[in-house]
Order: sequence, then C-alpha cells, then structure tokens
Amino acid sequence: MTTFTELLLGGLSIGSVYALIALGFVVIFKATEVVNFAHASLLLAGGYITAVLHDDLGFWPALAVGIAGAAVVGSAVDFLVMRRYRGSDHSVLAIVTIGVDILLTTELTRLIGTDVMALGDPWGDRVVNLGEITIAQTRIAAFVAAALLITAFLLAFRYTSWGVAMRAAAENPQTAALMGVRLGRVSMSAWAVAGALAAVAALFLTVFPTPGLERATSLAALKAFPAAILGGLDSTTGALAGGLIVGVTESFATGYQSELTFLGGGIGDLAPYLVMLLVLLARPAGLFGTKELARV
Amino acid sequence: MAAALEVRALSVGYGPVRALRDVSVEVPEGAVVAVLGGNGAGKSTLLRAVSRTLPFQRGHVTAGSISFEGRPLDGLSAAGVVAAGVVQVPEGRQVFARMTVADNLRAGTLGVRGRRESAAALARVHELFPVLADRAQQKAGLLSGGEQQMLAMGRALMARPRLLLLDEPSLGLAPLMAARIAETIKEINAAGTPVMLVEQNAAIALRLASRAYVLDVGEVALEGPADELAASDEVRRRYLGVVDEDAAQDAVQAQSAAPTLRRWSA
Repeated sequence: MTTFTELLLGGLSIGSVYALIALGFVVIFKATEVVNFAHASLLLAGGYITAVLHDDLGFWPALAVGIAGAAVVGSAVDFLVMRRYRGSDHSVLAIVTIGVDILLTTELTRLIGTDVMALGDPWGDRVVNLGEITIAQTRIAAFVAAALLITAFLLAFRYTSWGVAMRAAAENPQTAALMGVRLGRVSMSAWAVAGALAAVAALFLTVFPTPGLERATSLAALKAFPAAILGGLDSTTGALAGGLIVGVTESFATGYQSELTFLGGGIGDLAPYLVMLLVLLARPAGLFGTKELARV
Repeated sequence: MAAALEVRALSVGYGPVRALRDVSVEVPEGAVVAVLGGNGAGKSTLLRAVSRTLPFQRGHVTAGSISFEGRPLDGLSAAGVVAAGVVQVPEGRQVFARMTVADNLRAGTLGVRGRRESAAALARVHELFPVLADRAQQKAGLLSGGEQQMLAMGRALMARPRLLLLDEPSLGLAPLMAARIAETIKEINAAGTPVMLVEQNAAIALRLASRAYVLDVGEVALEGPADELAASDEVRRRYLGVVDEDAAQDAVQAQSAAPTLRRWSA
C-alpha cells in the first residue's frame, strides 16, 4: 500500500509537469490551430539557459532568465518563422514547426554535448517522510509550482482582456479581427506563454531523481504529446487531465514493472502512448476536445 | 454634408477573379446608406475592403482608395480600422458561441482604449437590448437567432464606432424580429452614428436609408436617394417583388427605354 501511495503521489507530481507542457501545447493550438512539434526544443532551450547561468547568477535569477529566455525563443519562432507562413494550410505550418524543432534541438544538443547539467535547484535530493511514505522534496515543489502556474493561467484565461482576446481568436479569428483583436499579438503571446511554461517544466523534468539536463530531456518532454492529445488538443482542462493521466500511468507502469514482465521491459515509457490509443479509440476527439461537427 | 466614409473607384480581386470594379460609395455624416444587390454582387466584398479583412479570403484591393473622416484607411490593419472608429457587424452574426454573452460584449472593447468609456458603452448596449443584460452569463450559442443578431450589434457598439457597417442584419430572422432590428438601427443612427447597411432585403433597407446604391456583378448599377430608388420601377420589380400589371408594364417600357440590369443568377 505504501508503494502504491508513493507511486500515485510521484505520478501526480510528474503528471502536473506534463500538464504544464501540454498546456503550452494546447494554448498554441487554440490560438493558431498549429500543432507545435517544436515544443520539446523550447523546453530544452529554457532548461539550458537556466543550467548555464545558475552558477553565476544563483538559482532563482537563472530560472527567471531561463523562463524569459524560453518565452523569447517562443515568440521569436512565431515572429520570424510562423508569421511568414500565416494563411498557409495548418498541416504546412505543423511541418514547419518540425523543421524549427530539428534546428533548435540540433544546436542545443551540440551545446549540451554529452554533459549532464545540473540546474542548481535548492531542493537537492532531500526527502519528506509522511508516516510510512517517503517523497522527494522536488516532487512536492513540482506539484505546487505546477498547480500555482496552472491556476494563474486559467484565471488569466478566464478573466483578463488577454484571455478574452485569446478565446475570441481561437473561436473565430476573422470576427476577432473585426473586433480589433490583433491576431499577430495573440499568437505571439501564446508562443511566449508556452515557452515560459515549458521552461518551468524543464526544471522539474531535470531535478532529482533525474540526474540533470541532458540531450535526452527533450525525449521526456515528448510525453506531453500523448497528454495533450488524449485530453483533447483544444481543451485546457483536457491538458490538465491528460497530463495527470499520463504521469500516473507512467509511474505505475514503471513502479510495478517487475509484475508486468510479460509485457517486456520498458513498459513505463510505452504506457502513456497505449493509454492515448485506448482513449482515442473510444473518444476520437480526446476526453475534453471539441468534436468536429460539420454539416454536409 | 461632409462625408464620413468615402470609397473611390475601388476595385477588388480574389486572385484572378474580379469582385468589384471601379466602385464609388459615399456615406455622409449622420446618414444611413444602403447597399443592395443579389448574391455575388460584391456587397460583402465592399465591406471587407473597408474593414481590411480581405486577406482572410485572399482578396486584395487592386485600385482605388477608402478614407474615413478624411483619413485614408488603406494600409491599416483590421485592428487599426477599429481603432479609427469603423466597426463591422459580420454577416451571419458570428457571435462567439462558446463564450458568455458578457464576454462577447467584452470582446467588442478589445480594439479600443478606455475602461470608463467601455462601462458607459455597456450601459447603453443594455439599454438598447435589455435581453443581453438578462442573459449576461449564458453561452452566446444558446441565444435565438434574433438575440444573436442583437448581441452581434451590441458587441460592435461596445467599440463606440463612429461608423457602423452592417452586413445583412435581417438575414434568417423572422419578419417581426427583422422589423425590431430595423427599429434599433434607426435608434443607433438617431444617436449620431452613421450606418452603412448591406442588405438583400431591399424593402427594409430602403425604408431605413436616405441614400442607396445597387451593386450588380461588382459594379454600381444604380444610385440615388432611397425614396427615389424605392419608387423606381426597376428596383420595385427586381427587389421589392411588386407584380401589379401597371408596374410590370412600366417595367417593360423602362426596359426598352433605358439600359437595364442583367437578371440575378441566384
């Protein structure tokens, strides 16, 4: 039972980090209808900036610069690349993001090389004991930070003018333009927010028990894709639910691996995608996605 | 009377397709001007050219100029046109169905500054359309067609326009509701806002407008004071559905006497 609870808490924590990534993914999709395959490289960029700067600046300022840096990279991708293709077919734009991802990831992996970079977080490998349950401080910090950020984001989305502009542009870009919404700014802010959220996620993907930021970190970030897709690509609620489901699934599949040997090794990495497939079989639009309704 | 909106010798194309050719339209200060015509005559294209939303349909202005209160609108973005004071109510209402009525109205203020003025605009919109105050927290998609048209108009008024562009406000509405919308347009105009009204329903449009233009296949075919156009046989026969014998006879004579419009294809 202790193992079960520990795995559940760990899963929820890592799931909330996936939710952060998936949220950024969904925000870009809602604002621009572009599936952003460059998301993992935004995350890597944010993590890299923090890792490089933390020695000189200290952890918190380095994290702030990392978050801002990832936001700038995100809006630069939108401003310099995506804007040129606006009005093209959405699948063309999605493929453009694959190109951007290859460029960014190649450069970042060259910079990182074979290093495993520490981000200099204050939690280290300390743990908290709650009765019989042992949980790492980093996991608690991840959950709290993700919960705060997601709440702040959802409140802003619901109540600020930025949120209204975002939702209006997502629902009907042309009418939003008629209301004076500047669509270029909406999509740039979406990319910036996505970048910032990804940078925070980068921190919590690389702290204890993970060794640190390395080339493979962007692979871990890829697990946010099944999270966003199984929740429904255009739903913020879906991103949260999807993130948690993926996190918990992965945690259990890894934790109980020894009892699942008939499935072969490494089922933990595979489990999120299996869940995604099963959900999509039952609900093709994802758990909370808008069903495509078209009158013919 | 000074002109609020001046469209001069405007030509618009969608790729190789010409949608407007050499169209000149003027909306005087404080007036309601109607633009009539059948499907595909270029009415909506004219509005899109003014509100600078042609790129969404891959259209572009090939010649001519548009100015509002003496300042050119060419070269502005759609948001720039709203900030300049020209706001369009789109065809088919296009309310943000998944947002609440209150958020829809708030979306109308996104293109302009001034929180206090927005509060005053909201009070005015609620006064014009009390139902929007009652349904503030409902999703806009749940409103009836007439209520959605009210919401679309209220949303545009939230930007405190100095020129209101209306694209087919009576489309798909019950006659009683269409009459109510017409009343409201009169009220909005009486408060000093000039209106450019694009309509297929010529009877309503000609009653509201002081001046009217008839577009036919992208060109201005007729123009003049609304009452004169309403009385002209050509317009009566084609748009107002008058079928009495005299008018029909008049029309036949008119047809042989004067150059006439081609029949609508739709």
